[in-house]
Formats: sequence, C-alpha cells, structure tokens
Amino acid sequence: MRSSAGAMAEPRVSAPIFAALGDETRLRLVSRLCHEGPMSIARLTAGTRVTRQAITKHLRVMQGAGLVRSTRRGRESVWRLEARRLEAAQHYVELISKRWDAALGRLRKLVED
Amino acid sequence: MSTDRIEKKILLRAPRARVWRALSDSAEFGSWFGLKVDGPFVAGATIRAVLVPTTVNAEVAKAQKTHEGLVFEITIEQLEPEQLFSFRWHPHVIERGVDYSAEPTTLIVFVLEDAPGGVMLTVTESGFDQIPLARRAKAFSANEQGWSIMVGVLEEYVTRAQ
Repeated sequence: MRSSAGAMAEPRVSAPIFAALGDETRLRLVSRLCHEGPMSIARLTAGTRVTRQAITKHLRVMQGAGLVRSTRRGRESVWRLEARRLEAAQHYVELISKRWDAALGRLRKLVED
Repeated sequence: MSTDRIEKKILLRAPRARVWRALSDSAEFGSWFGLKVDGPFVAGATIRAVLVPTTVNAEVAKAQKTHEGLVFEITIEQLEPEQLFSFRWHPHVIERGVDYSAEPTTLIVFVLEDAPGGVMLTVTESGFDQIPLARRAKAFSANEQGWSIMVGVLEEYVTRAQ
C-alpha cells in the first residue's frame, strides 16, 4: 500500500503554511492580496503602521512557505498569492475528518461484534 | 468544504441501547476512542481523559508512546438517553504543560436515529474556525503523524483479513 505515501505527502506541505499564517500582519497581507489582487510593497505598506522592511520580512516568510510569490515589474516587485498552496490549508479539517473515520470504524467493531 | 465543521454518518448494525452504551459509558467510549476517562459522563461535568496507546500493534503503540499520558479535558454538555450526546474539548491537544483553558473548544455532537437494520449515528465536530491558526498548525503536524499511524494500522488489518 505504498500509494498511501503519496496521499500523505500533501499534508506535510501544509504545516509550514499554517505556521506562516500564524501572525496577524501576515494574515492581513494575505487578506489584502486576496481581495485587491497583486500589488507592490509600496502599496502594501501605504496606510499601515508597519514599516516597509517589516512587510518585506513577512512576505519573505510567506514566500518560503510557498504562499506568495513576487514578479518584477520595472523597478519594483509585485506580490501575489499562490492560491493553490492556500487551498492546502484545508487539509487540516480533512485530516481530523479521517481521524473520525478511524475512530468510528473502531466504534462499529465494538458495537457490532 | 467547510473549514469549521466536520459531519460523519455511519450505520451501526446494533441495537440502539448498545450504541448508546458505547457512547455514554465513559469507559466504553475510551475503549474505542483511545482514551482512559476519569469518571462517568454527567451533563455539565468536566472530566479528565488520558491518551492511551493502542493494543493492536506493538510498533504503533511505541510510536504513540510520545503522546501517552497527555491529558484532555472533556466538558459534557448534553446526555439525552439513546438520542443525543454532546461534549466540548480542545481539539488535538499535543503539548505538555500548556494551559489551554482560555482557548476556544470544539463541540462534538452524536445523534442516534433508527435506520433499517440498525442505528444511523451522526457525529459532528464544529468550531474549528475559532481555533487560533498557530494552534491549528501545531495540531496539524501532530495529526499528520496520527494519520501515518492510522495508515499503518489499516495496512495491518487488511493484511490480517487476507
């Protein structure tokens, strides 16, 4: 049943995503990139009390987790969400769901035997 | 798919009273869930439960040793005989020495209904959206291990059945 190893590889990908999202500033950045689309660090910084350096640091952390990526536009970098990686976060609930499947399987064995 | 709620339905080919006992008797509940529960389930009570390793497989039991003895707290909400059982807990508490009492809990509800040939049991766990993201991340990595273990147990069952 080595094929199961493939199914397990995906969840392994999600843990750093949660870690990268475990910060209020980063969540706000994700929210803005989600609702307003790709934008530069200058625009992401405008209207916040967070410094440009801090924003850059947060974006790098999220880039490390594969949540965002940047592309060059002239002299500045434009940041965008990697939607596919964000979806992987949903595996949290899927895994708990599988745990219930296993537990209910044991319950069935107990009451039907 | 909801990130806040899980719902499961399972048809159990057993009398309703039998299913109710497996849910509401804390010792029986612990035996299939993998917990040692301190005391009976009583509405409104908060009960300690300790994680126990499986007896199915020595290797799996060894892997689970790392979590053995971890304490859960279960707060019983409702017990309506042979109909409904609900409680709250902190999902996937995996760290020793951390006080979770101020954190939100998830609500687990079991509903029993008559069905042809047995009992239709519906279980829901809800409230995941209230759990802090950082905690979900930690629970997630623990769960990953849990899932790997589960696959191993499944393999063993399948192999034995053949």
